[in-house]
Amino acid sequence: MKRIEAVNDFVIKFANVNGSGSSSANELFAKAVLRMGVPVSPRNIFPSNIQGLPTWYEVRVCEQGYLGRRGGVDMLVAMNPQTWDADVAELEPGGYLFYDSTRPLPPSKFRTDIHVIGMPLTDICNAVYTDPRQRQLFKNIIYVGALSVLLGVDGEVFEALFAAQYKGKEKLFDSNLRALQLGRDFAREHLEAPLGIQVRRADRVGERIFVDGNSAAALGCVYGGATVAAWYPITPSSSVAEAFQKYCNRFRIDPATGQHKFAIVQAEDELASIGMVVGAGWNGARAFTATSGPGVSLMTEFIGLAYFAEIPATIINVQRGGPSTGMPTRTQQADILSCAYASHGDTKHVLLFPEDPHECFDHAAAALDLADRLQTPVFVMTDLDIGMNQRLCKPFEWSDAHAYDRGKVMTAAELEAGKDFGRYKDVDGDGIPWRTLPGTHPTLGSYFTRGTTRDAYARYSEHGSDYVYNAQRLLKKFKTAADLVPQPVLRPATRKTRLGVIYFGSTSPAMHEALDVLNDAGIHLDALRLRAFPFPQVVARFLADHEEVFVVEQNRDAQMRSLLVNELEVDPARLVPVLHYDGTPITARFITDAITQHVHAEAVMPKRKVKKNRLKEHAA
Amino acid sequence: MTYLAKPRLHHPSLTVNKVGYTRRDYEGKNSTLCAGCGHDSISAAIIQACWELDIEPHRVAKLSGIGCSSKTPDYFLGASHGFNTVHGRMPSVLTGANLANRSLLYLGISGDGDSASIGLGQFAHAMRRAVRMVYIVEDNGVYGLTKGQFSATADRGSRSKKGAINSDNPVDMIGMALQLGASYVARGFSGDKAQLVPLIKGAIGHGGAAFIDVISPCIAFNNHAGSTKCYDYVREHNEAMNRLDFITPRSEITTDYAPGEVVEVVQHDGRTLRLRKLHDGYDPTDRLAAMNHVQTHQARGEVVTGLLYVDPDASDLHAALNTSARPLNTLGNQELCPGAAELATLNAALRC
Repeated sequence: MKRIEAVNDFVIKFANVNGSGSSSANELFAKAVLRMGVPVSPRNIFPSNIQGLPTWYEVRVCEQGYLGRRGGVDMLVAMNPQTWDADVAELEPGGYLFYDSTRPLPPSKFRTDIHVIGMPLTDICNAVYTDPRQRQLFKNIIYVGALSVLLGVDGEVFEALFAAQYKGKEKLFDSNLRALQLGRDFAREHLEAPLGIQVRRADRVGERIFVDGNSAAALGCVYGGATVAAWYPITPSSSVAEAFQKYCNRFRIDPATGQHKFAIVQAEDELASIGMVVGAGWNGARAFTATSGPGVSLMTEFIGLAYFAEIPATIINVQRGGPSTGMPTRTQQADILSCAYASHGDTKHVLLFPEDPHECFDHAAAALDLADRLQTPVFVMTDLDIGMNQRLCKPFEWSDAHAYDRGKVMTAAELEAGKDFGRYKDVDGDGIPWRTLPGTHPTLGSYFTRGTTRDAYARYSEHGSDYVYNAQRLLKKFKTAADLVPQPVLRPATRKTRLGVIYFGSTSPAMHEALDVLNDAGIHLDALRLRAFPFPQVVARFLADHEEVFVVEQNRDAQMRSLLVNELEVDPARLVPVLHYDGTPITARFITDAITQHVHAEAVMPKRKVKKNRLKEHAA
Repeated sequence: MTYLAKPRLHHPSLTVNKVGYTRRDYEGKNSTLCAGCGHDSISAAIIQACWELDIEPHRVAKLSGIGCSSKTPDYFLGASHGFNTVHGRMPSVLTGANLANRSLLYLGISGDGDSASIGLGQFAHAMRRAVRMVYIVEDNGVYGLTKGQFSATADRGSRSKKGAINSDNPVDMIGMALQLGASYVARGFSGDKAQLVPLIKGAIGHGGAAFIDVISPCIAFNNHAGSTKCYDYVREHNEAMNRLDFITPRSEITTDYAPGEVVEVVQHDGRTLRLRKLHDGYDPTDRLAAMNHVQTHQARGEVVTGLLYVDPDASDLHAALNTSARPLNTLGNQELCPGAAELATLNAALRC
């Protein structure tokens, strides 16, 4: 029988029952591999449920450092009878099935083309532990111990991990280590080791950190100077607010007075959370909310008001599948259009697209600066895949020389000196007006904030010319924004090519892997990673410079492609959609297949000749 | 409404308050509401209250929702910042503004459509959170700006101008405010400025969520026989629980009261509320008793007015959150950013 043979390059999937304590044990496994110096990318696949439904934890071990989901499973740890059949069916031929053999299963439950490793986990636990909860929890640690032997993970790395995790909690340290040892001893004595897939010490992790994007975004908000956070619980964004609370408790409590340099309100709904953010922004505090698609839907009225009234607001949108429960605990990039054009009237908003936790931190802090500078809502468009999974990424960076950009706020002294104050007047040529904060000056600089019906001096006006002046100024401001937002990152092909690819956000790791594979197969693509909307000039140039550009995204309707077509007036025929939207994170295999098929099909039957001079028009 | 601009010049003999302003300095733009609208009387009462309390106009932030009532912040305190927000959502914006800068006075102006229908949730939760503010609902039982539909505070059986009878039960905002934890609850009548001004002054001095429901007849759409929110009906059924004289620590007691007629409530900040009792046995510091008393009188068809409840030891959202005494919007890099060294420590902890 075939046996999958691989060192530091395989996928292991844990099938568990939600609420059984498996997630911390599985995370322990992932961290142990990292401690071996081998990159991993784990992903939680979980139901809208607290206890009882199936949950999976998929770990890709990859010395080359590809962190995208690979697809396919080389080893299955089957701990959930509910999903046994589907889980077993998913294994690659020659793969390994590890299961609890306490209760015998009929041969029909197994496949003949896989290697089966049975371990009587329940029996072992029942013999060692009397407490039912301990039996459950330590069963997970025991299988991690057994796996470490089967896969060649050193025992010492666990000791170090437990020591860090249970610092000052001797009892927990001892009991966990004992359970792990139980598993290791059993595997050594009774199981056939090693397997064909192995972890071998390497030095490929380096300085990188292992963290989830939601924590990173929350930390970015702390560093970026957010003082007011208002939120309403919604998966997968809730842990942003919770992490913000945690970091504020650590960094923002005045040691002398015990007073909090932050205010966090769990609002009654998303309408109220964005309302509070708008109120705080109007009054000069940096404020943010974290939410997901349905929350953004509820917030859109306020987002329109903030756009027209020109109030800073930072919105972290951890994207997920659509409405209701179920798919919402899966990942998508399906709120691009709903956020870019959120609200009534002519509105457009600044969107940032972080690719990993490192950028979640950067973009959250940058969004707070941009919101103040541009006096407008700014979205950080993360998603469940990077938000709720721990990801290996560059360490966070911060320069102490970075001063918050509070934008154009007129002071009492400036007003006193006679500086002209027109709240909605473009005096600097960048479309951004000056504002005053409430309470600034006894007689100067006050104004009445409204949505639209006013002139450049914030006086009530229903004149069409005043409205048009303002609407045009807002467009100019949006143009200014294109220069201020994080710029796209170009990854040129190894040789000159007529093909380009555009991607963004959590697609990054799968895309990078796909580019390598495609390059090896002789398909060369210049790749541009978008990091923000509005699109900087370089995006139009990139489109003009390539005959065909693939747009890779994780939604059904090719939303980024629509945005490109709409904003840059590019010929849609030249933008080839590559769309993945089944709720699982996109894979390199998927991208590679889609692009390869398209390229091969065109080689057989060219779609049409694109005239060179037509392309040039877009370069302007 | 009038289109004639107000004269810029003040009469030289206008009285100046302790912070150097005349009453006219508290005015705003010309009202665009209908002549005789109750809302304009409320604006006048706000102007009076702020002037008498020596409040600097620019230290007030005015926030409103959408509707006739929500237009009024443009018509008073012209030197204050104002924010005409979203229909029914003023409370959340006010909450956020208040969190950003605790040193200003927050005045939330809303209507019965704005607060009892679309904004009922936000009204309720702002009260629950004890946001320090003066929340005034200019209550006329009708949608004025969209021309005469019933609002959620219209009494059951009340007749519209076009003759329709309201079959829905009214939302009792006073009852809700009491139940949800507002610590200053009053009802006034736009036609009784002598009663209303002290109620507003009391609310301004209050240390927590202050709610005033002001019955304010709509001259255009709800001032006819058969309406329970018309001038005549309110005058006939007005049942004042007490008369409030708002007294700051500085002012002297000049009025004589008969013994037993007066209740003095010393608030947390040392200010005293002096209430002349109009109902025997009514104790406005007893929330449960107040709820019962108000409900009993309302059941008789009376419009209960006066200071209905006050908690002299009220606290607010900032106290609950233990926010810094210095307003959050004044904190900068120095106070807010943990810095690169801390980040290095964090990075180290996030390595496996």
